[in-house]
This record gives sequence, structure tokens and C-alpha cells, in this order.
Amino acid sequence: MDLNYTVEQIEFREEVRAWLADNVPSTPLESFDTKAGFEAHREWERTLASGNWGMVTWPTEYGGRGCDLIQWLIFEEEYYRAGAPLRVNQNDIFLLGPTLMECGTPEQKARFLPAMASGEEIWAQGWSEPNAGSDMAAIRCRADRDGDDYVINGQKIWSTRAVYADWVFGLFRTDPSSERHRGLSKILLPLNSEGITVRPIPQLNGLPGFAEIFFDDVRVPVENVLGGEGEGWNIAMATAGFERGLMLRSPARFQQASKRLVELYRRNEEDVVDPAIEEAVLRCYMDAEAYALSTYQTASRLAAGGSIGAEASCNKIFWSQLDLQIHDTALQLLGARGEIEPETDEDKALLGNWLDGFLFAQSGPIYAGTNEIQRNIIAERVLGMPRK
Amino acid sequence: MKFTFNDEQLSFRDAIVAALEGEVTAERIRQRWETEQGIDEACVAQLRELGLNAMLVPESLGGLGLSAVDFVMIAEACGAAALPEPLVDTVLCATPLLVDVLDRGLGGSDVQNVVDGLVAGELSVAVGHSINPYINFAATADWLLIEQSGALYLLPREEVTLTARKSVDPSRRLQEVGFDASPRYRLAAGDAAAELSRATLNRGALGSAAQLLGLTSAVVKQSVQYTSDREQFGRAIGSNQAVKHLLADVTVQAEYARPVIQRAAYTTAVAPTRADCAVSHAKVAAVRAAELAARNGIQCHGAMGYTWECDLQIWVKRAWALAREWGDTSFHKNRIHQWLLKPEALIGPEHTFGRRSVVGVDSQSAAV
Repeated sequence: MDLNYTVEQIEFREEVRAWLADNVPSTPLESFDTKAGFEAHREWERTLASGNWGMVTWPTEYGGRGCDLIQWLIFEEEYYRAGAPLRVNQNDIFLLGPTLMECGTPEQKARFLPAMASGEEIWAQGWSEPNAGSDMAAIRCRADRDGDDYVINGQKIWSTRAVYADWVFGLFRTDPSSERHRGLSKILLPLNSEGITVRPIPQLNGLPGFAEIFFDDVRVPVENVLGGEGEGWNIAMATAGFERGLMLRSPARFQQASKRLVELYRRNEEDVVDPAIEEAVLRCYMDAEAYALSTYQTASRLAAGGSIGAEASCNKIFWSQLDLQIHDTALQLLGARGEIEPETDEDKALLGNWLDGFLFAQSGPIYAGTNEIQRNIIAERVLGMPRK
Repeated sequence: MKFTFNDEQLSFRDAIVAALEGEVTAERIRQRWETEQGIDEACVAQLRELGLNAMLVPESLGGLGLSAVDFVMIAEACGAAALPEPLVDTVLCATPLLVDVLDRGLGGSDVQNVVDGLVAGELSVAVGHSINPYINFAATADWLLIEQSGALYLLPREEVTLTARKSVDPSRRLQEVGFDASPRYRLAAGDAAAELSRATLNRGALGSAAQLLGLTSAVVKQSVQYTSDREQFGRAIGSNQAVKHLLADVTVQAEYARPVIQRAAYTTAVAPTRADCAVSHAKVAAVRAAELAARNGIQCHGAMGYTWECDLQIWVKRAWALAREWGDTSFHKNRIHQWLLKPEALIGPEHTFGRRSVVGVDSQSAAV
């Protein structure tokens, strides 16, 4: 065990820090759930790509930087420390990109990965359907073979980024006689295809962060199947593993938020009359540290040839609860002003973006498999408790 | 940056786990409860043979020259076994403290002899500290090493008066200890004693945190077994989500306490003067996991969990006791709180670990 960074890692941090200092926009970008904000974030992705900082963990051959997981953690630490924009292509970096590298044909990799890395094409996801939420195997959206095409009919819902994104990846039933997790395929298609209707769904903050997608005889060439017809479920499980696992929510995000919470607490300390708030601030700080330590430990174990352990199933529960607690505590520190939507610069200085974060934190225990599903997985697969 | 244990550390841990599984059973723990001394001599002899007492003693003094990093998983295993004997305090508190005393040139031949005796497995030392009102297994110790009122003493047991106090954990043998705090038995005073005292508190808290993590895993394991076997309404009670989630919640807390405890072991080993926050975090996280394990474990066992007969009590009562030893959660939360309020505290994503270039910047830093 050696918990010191190597000289190379220290230099890498300095390199990241210097680049971010020169390039991070001085004023925050508008939310990427607006048209203008989405394009501003795409522009930021182009800037990242120009410095080769877009896909730090991707291999260089696919437009990445080829960094290891410790370097990824360092990059993320500096990224959040610098207050850089959220990643509009989060899905691409951590879900679709790695899946394409693992399951894609050489042609698919060449066609999609560079455009993804450069920010030219941003992807939405199409998993859930009105009757297939936590129970994803209940998918009914059909992709019927017709010559060299599939013809897609049906509906997807809760498709993150679908309102402004360029492409969508999702699971479709390619074998009409199949049931449950058999006969599903993962298909990639442009969102401007004929027959697609995207209906925005405003989220709690009023902005259309996700959408319904209706498919009406949408034709997609068969070469847009990823990983082979009928392999959709296996690929989706691998992707869900990426998503729930190490990389979806980097610890730096919560460490930066808990640092801001501590600073807010220090400023308001004299007004805090509820000892429970002190306790909550302390717990947020400790849990953000614990999440970081756990991630470093997993990264070290993987680097040493080990595998991801029980923490992969535990991590979503841990960070989503932490995120709720950080924002709930911040709003408590803001007292009666906690309900105010910041409008003026004065508001923003006083209230920060805690309310927006609080609203977003409500989604953490729900997406990527609800925390109740995660607890079932821990009980059954980690602890070995009886399924029935 | 390597946050892993090496093969030697893992195989040493495995050997100790195997020995503990053979020697420390619920039945034999209950046999100890029936005795005044509370010690299983056969078990003690077995553990001595493994050379554990000498683990943290430098090779120059006849020890194995290992560190808290090497020991932390063994302390966890002692917790999982609910080992009643104070092995963790001996290895993590008594021997390093005596070695520190020798290093500072503070001890005479008594200290050297006690270290030699410990390494040889021929004698036992109980550790007292002003944070703990009682000393565990003081009545059976040959020597008592006591920090009190800013000074450090080493006394033979015959020189102290003992008043037994019962713990909620029947495995413990607590004593109120009185002695003549004269210079005769004093090893250190002033700044030296304060530094030794702080280091000992941190090592003690690390040891109890690691044991609490082990206790947590053991309670979860027993509760999984019980809820898988016990049937109601024609099926195992553990198939109900409400029951599953009780144990999943404990698992989440334990998974995120473990790296915190292991980091605290590392900091204690390599930068002991900057270990306060790391250790306090470890203790708070461990207590949180263990107290949830105790509550939810009892709940999973239903009425059985509330009986003397059910072995679960061995583990949950130990968790309740160790939660209070070497600083309760109020003490440790307060230490972090005081540090966190300082404007110069290094917090934020880039400070998970210290950097070589900033070593020594902040004596209270949680960073390594």
C-alpha cells in the first residue's frame, strides 16, 4: 500500500490543472437541457477534444488519451475543482463508447467513436418503455427485419438528452416471437430518421432533460445492430454494469459539492441553531471522502489485476443518498431563502445553485436502476439471500 | 498510488482467520463468560504461537517489524470472531507505545524487559488511557501501561487497586484502576507524554474501528443464514424485500467504512502525527455500520434475536461496547468538526490524499 501519488501522477495533475485554467469558461454555461445550452456544451466538448481531454480513459486509437483509472480520478478531481461544465455526452463517455469498443465491428468503431470523441455526435439512450422500467426485459418496441433493414415501431420513454441529441442507442425486440430477455438487440440510429417523433418531457426544473421517442416504421440498416442480433440483453447488462459501476459518478463531484457545503456552513455557522445541521455537514464531508477512497481502492485493485467487488452494487445507493444529503443540508443552511429560484446575480452569489442541485438529486435514487432494485441485487447476489 | 494489500499481507490475514475460526467459537466464548478471568488459555497460547504480539515490534527488538497496515485486516478478523482477549489492544497499543518509549530513551530496564516478555509471549500488558474510564483485562495482566493526567506510567499489577465493573459485553473484564501516581513508575510527562497519549488514542481507535467492521460482517453473515433458514408463510423470511433491504443497507455502510479504516491504518503507520482526522473518520464510519448491523441483525432474528440463547448477542453486545471505547462517536465527530471549521483545512477533490510536497503543512490534516 502506497497512498502517495507518483511523480508522473503529480505532473499529470499539474498538466490537467494548467489546461483547465486556460480553457474553462469563466461564466457557467446555460443548462444543456436548453437548445442554446446544449450547443454551448457541444462547443465545450469540441474544446476538450482539441486538447485531447475529452475521453481521457479511451484508448488513443479511438480518439482518447489512454489514461488509467488513477489518472482518470485525478482528471476528474481537477475538472470539478475547476468548476468545468457538466458533460453533455456523459452517456457516450461511459456507456456507449466502452460498449462499442468491446462489441462493435471495426466499421462501427471507425464510424462512431471519433465523432463521439470530438463532440460532433451526441447520443441519447433508449432503454425504458412505458411498461418496461425497472423490469427492462418487458421491452416491446419492435425492430422487424425487412431485407437489409429493420423497421422499428413502438415507443421509448425517459430518454435522457433525446430532445437535442443526434443519435440514440437502445434495446429493441428483433425476434417478434421472443419473450423477456431473449430476442432483444441493441440498435443505433439517428434521431432525425424519418418516422421518429420526439416529445420532450419537462423534468422537475421545467426543462426537457428527457423525452419520449415514438417510432413509426423507422427504417434502420442491419449493420446498425451492435454486438449481433439477439445479443441485446447481454450487452445491456454489460452497459448497466458500466453505468452503475465505477465511473458514472466520479467522487470528485461530491467532494467538490461537500467542500462548497462546508464553506457555506462556515459562512453561516453563527446562524446555525440546529445541531443536526452540523452533524449533516460532517457526514457529507466524511461520506464524500469515503466514496473517493473506495473508488481509489477499486481502481488500484483493478490495476493489480483484480475485479470489481461488492462496492459496484453498493455505490449507486451510497452516492445518490450522499447527493440528496448534501443538497438537503445546503438548503437547510439557506433557511427560509432555500425555496427561492436565483434570478439576479445577487441571488446567485447568495443562493448558489443548490436548489437546482437539490431537484436533480431527487433523480439519483431512481435512474440507472432504482435504489430498491440495487438493494435487491446486493441482498441476492452479494449476500446470497433467497430470491423467492 | 497503490491502495491494495500485497499477497503476504493477505495470506497472513488468511492464516489468522483460519486460526480464529478453529479456536474462537460461540461455545467457547460462552465458557469464558462463566469464568472470573474470562480468558481461554488454549486460545491465548495458540495466538501467541502465531507471533502476533511481536508484529509491530521492530526487528531490532526481536519483533517482525510490521505496521498497522499489515495488522488492520487481522484486527478486523478478531472483530469478526468476537475474540474476547484484548489482542488488538496489545498489538496496536501496548507494544508500539512501549517501543516509542524506548525510542525516546524514556524507559529503563523494566520497559525493555516488558517488551522482551511481550515478544516472547510470556507476559501480558493491559493499556489504560484517560479517554477510557476502565481498563479491560487489568486483573489478569502482568503489567499495566497507563496514561493519566498527562503522564505515562508502567506498573506491575500488584501495585494497583482494582474494582471490577460489568460491561454490557460479557466478554469484557473491565476494572477501575487506582494507583499511586508517583514518579517511581512514571515513564513520561509533559510534551512527550502528550504525544504518546495522542498516538495511543489513535491506534486504539483504529483497532476498535477495524474490529467493529469485522463484527458488522459477522452479524450480516449470521442474519443472512437465519433469514434464509427460517420460514414463515411457506417461504424463507429472507425472501421478503423488507428483510433483504435491512441487510443491504448494512452492507453499503460496511463497504464504505472499509477503505476509510484501511486508509486510517496507512496514515497511522506512515504519518502518525497527522492521523487524527483519518482515525476519527474510521471510528465514526465503523460505529455507524456496526450499530446499524446490531439493530438490523436483531430485527432479522425476530424474537430469537432478543434472547440470551441466540449467539447473535455475542457480536451485537461487543459492537455496543467497542463503539464507546477509545473515544465514542461524539468525541471523534468533534475532532473532525474542529478541523473542518478551520479555513486552512485542506478539503476538496484534489486533497483526498496529501502530496509529498505538502507533507507537514497541517498537523491536523486528514490527508496522508
